[in-house]
Amino acid sequence: MRNKKIRVLIAKPGLDGHDRGAKVVAQGLRDAGMEVIYLGLRLTPEQIAEAVIQEDVDVVGIDCLSGAHMALFPKTVELIRQKGGQDILVVGGGIIPKKDIPKLKEAGIAQIFGPGTPLDEIAKFIKTTLEKRGNDKKD
Amino acid sequence: MSMTEEMSERKKEFKTTVGGTSVKRVYTPADLAGLKQEDIGLPGEYPFTRHIMPTGYRGRLWTMRQYAGFGTVGETNERYKYLYKQGQTGFSVAFHLPTQEGYDSDHPLAAGEVGKCGVAIDSLQDMEELWKGIPLAKVSTSMTINATAAIILAMYMAAAEKQGADKGKLNGTVQNDILKEYIARNTYIFGPTPSMRLVTDICSYCVQYMPRWNSISISGYHMREAGATAAQEAGFTLANGIAYVQAMIDKGMEVDSFAPQFSFFFAAYTNLLEEVAKFRALRRMWARIMKERFGAKNPRSMMLRFHVQTDGFTLTEQQPLNNIVRVTLQALAAVLGGCQSLHTNSFYVAVALPTEKAVQVALRTQQIIAHESGVADTVDPVGGSYYLEWLTNQIETEATRYINEVYQRGGVLKAIETGYIQREIASSAYNYQRAVDAHELVVVGVNEFKSGDKYATETLEIGAETEKKQIARLKRLKRGRDNHQVNQVLSRVRDVAGSDENIMPVLVEAVKTYATVGEISDVLRDVFGEYREPNIL
Repeated sequence: MRNKKIRVLIAKPGLDGHDRGAKVVAQGLRDAGMEVIYLGLRLTPEQIAEAVIQEDVDVVGIDCLSGAHMALFPKTVELIRQKGGQDILVVGGGIIPKKDIPKLKEAGIAQIFGPGTPLDEIAKFIKTTLEKRGNDKKD
Repeated sequence: MSMTEEMSERKKEFKTTVGGTSVKRVYTPADLAGLKQEDIGLPGEYPFTRHIMPTGYRGRLWTMRQYAGFGTVGETNERYKYLYKQGQTGFSVAFHLPTQEGYDSDHPLAAGEVGKCGVAIDSLQDMEELWKGIPLAKVSTSMTINATAAIILAMYMAAAEKQGADKGKLNGTVQNDILKEYIARNTYIFGPTPSMRLVTDICSYCVQYMPRWNSISISGYHMREAGATAAQEAGFTLANGIAYVQAMIDKGMEVDSFAPQFSFFFAAYTNLLEEVAKFRALRRMWARIMKERFGAKNPRSMMLRFHVQTDGFTLTEQQPLNNIVRVTLQALAAVLGGCQSLHTNSFYVAVALPTEKAVQVALRTQQIIAHESGVADTVDPVGGSYYLEWLTNQIETEATRYINEVYQRGGVLKAIETGYIQREIASSAYNYQRAVDAHELVVVGVNEFKSGDKYATETLEIGAETEKKQIARLKRLKRGRDNHQVNQVLSRVRDVAGSDENIMPVLVEAVKTYATVGEISDVLRDVFGEYREPNIL
C-alpha cells in the first residue's frame, strides 16, 4: 500500500478555453484524497512536461475539447518521457472521437475519459493503476 | 388510495436545477402578494418584463441565426450559402481559436487547431472570400470574437466596403465582451485595462460610424456553459453590463448615445419554465438598472435585446438523438422568453462538428416552433402563471444578490482578480457533477435509462490538410503584398495603441494592407502585455 498521497497535475494544452471539465476533475480528485495541482490552460506540451517533472507528480491529466488532441497529447507524453518521467501515469479527457483512442493509447495515454464520466470512475482508475504498478515493481 | 399515499411525493425537495430554486407543490395568488401590476406591465412598456416590442413575434419573428464556421473560408462559405437557402435569416461566424487568440495559422501554438473550432481567418483576403457571393449590405452577421474583435470588425468593414456596401448601413453584432472571457470563455489576450479600452473604442466607433451595429453582446452563455446556475448567469452578466456602461460613461459618453447599441447573449437549458422566468427577469432588471442607476431616458437604452443559444453542455454524447428533444425544449424556452435571435444546436454537438443534415434538423426545430406551435401568435403567452411570475421574482432576487455581492467586492474587475466569480461558477459546476454522480439529478441516457444501442452518427472532420492549405495560403499572401506598407502601418498601430486615440481607424487601415491577425496582435501584445489567469483552485 502507498502511504503518501497521490500527486496529480491537471493541465490544458493548446488554445482551448473549455476548462469546466478540468476544474471539476481537479476538485473531484482532491476530494478523493489526492493532492492536485491545477496548472491552468493555454499551455504548450513543453510547459506541461516541465511542470510535471518539477512537481514530481504520479499522474498527469490533460484535457482538450477543441479537436487538437492528436497534435497535443502524444507530444506531451513524449516530452514527459524524454525528461525522465518514465513511470508517470498520463490520462486524458475532452471531446475525443472514438477512432482516435487506440492511437492515443499507443502513444502512452493510459485512458481517455469522455463527457459524462463519473468522478469516482476516474479516481478509481488512477488508484488501481498506481497500486498495480507498485505491486508489479515489488515482484 | 390512503390519505398518506395521496399526500406523499417522489422527492423530499424539488428544485429547478442544481443550486437552483426550491419549488413548492403549487402556486397561488398568495405567492404574488408583493407583485405590482407595473412590475409585469404590457409588452413594449417599461420595465419590458413581457417583451421589448408591443407586437412580440406577431410583428417580426426572431432571427434564426446558426453559429457556423469550420475549416477554410471556402468550406464555410459553402455552408453559409446552404443555410441561407434553407431559410436561415442571419449569419453567425465561428472563428478558429488562433484567430480568437491573435495567432496566425502558421504559429507554433496554432498547431492542430487550424479550422477546428471555427473558420481560419488570417487576413482580409480570408474575410473577403468568406463572404463571396453573400451581399453584406443585405444580411445581418454576428461575430463571436472578443480579444481580437477590433481587428476582425475592421476586416468585416473592409470586406463590406470592397463589395460596395455602406458601413453606416451594416447590420450585425460583434461579441466584444472581454469580461466574460476572464470569467469563463478564456480567449483573452491582454489584461483588463487595455482590453476595456479596446472594448470601449469599438463601442464609441460604432456610435459614430455604424449606428445599426450591436457594438457588444454581453454574454452569460459561456458562464452557464462553465457551470453557472440560471441566477448566477443573470446576475454576473448584468454586473458585467453595468461595468461596460460605466466604462463608456467614464470615457465621456452620454448613456443614451451608446446604450441602444448594447445587446446580450444567454443560454437556454432544458428546465423550461426556469429559463422563461430568467429571460423575463433579465429584461425587467436591465430596464431598471438603466433607468434608475444610469438615468437613461431613451426607452431603447432600457430594452434588453438578446440572442439565445441552446446550451451545448446539456447535450449528451450518449444516445445523441435525444438531444433533438432537449434542443426543442430549450428553443421553446428562448421563444417563450422573448429572444430576438436564436441558435439551435445540432444534436451531436457534444461529439463533433455537425453535417448539413444535422444543422438542417436544428434549423427546422426553430421553424416548427415559429410556424406550427402557435406560441409566436400572442405576446408572452405564459405570463400571468402564478408559478412563472413567482419564479421570475425569485430569479430577480437571487441575481440581484449576485450583482450586489460583486459590487460590494469592489466591482467586476476586482471580483475577477480575486477569483470570486470564477470560484462561484466552478463550485456550481462541481455540485452539478456530484449530483449527477449521486443520481440526485437524472440525465437521461447518462446516469439513468442507459441502453446498449449505439447510434451511428455521421460527423464532419477537419483533417490535417486544412492546416497545410491554410498555411500555404498565408505564405502566398505574405509574398504577394507590399510588405513595406505593412511594416509602416504596423508601426502606426503601435503608436496609436500607446496613445489615447481610438484604435479602430488605424486598424481599418492596417487590415487593408493585408496585415494579418497575428502580426497586428503581436504589436498589441508588445504594447499591452499579456494576461495570466489567477489560480482559483
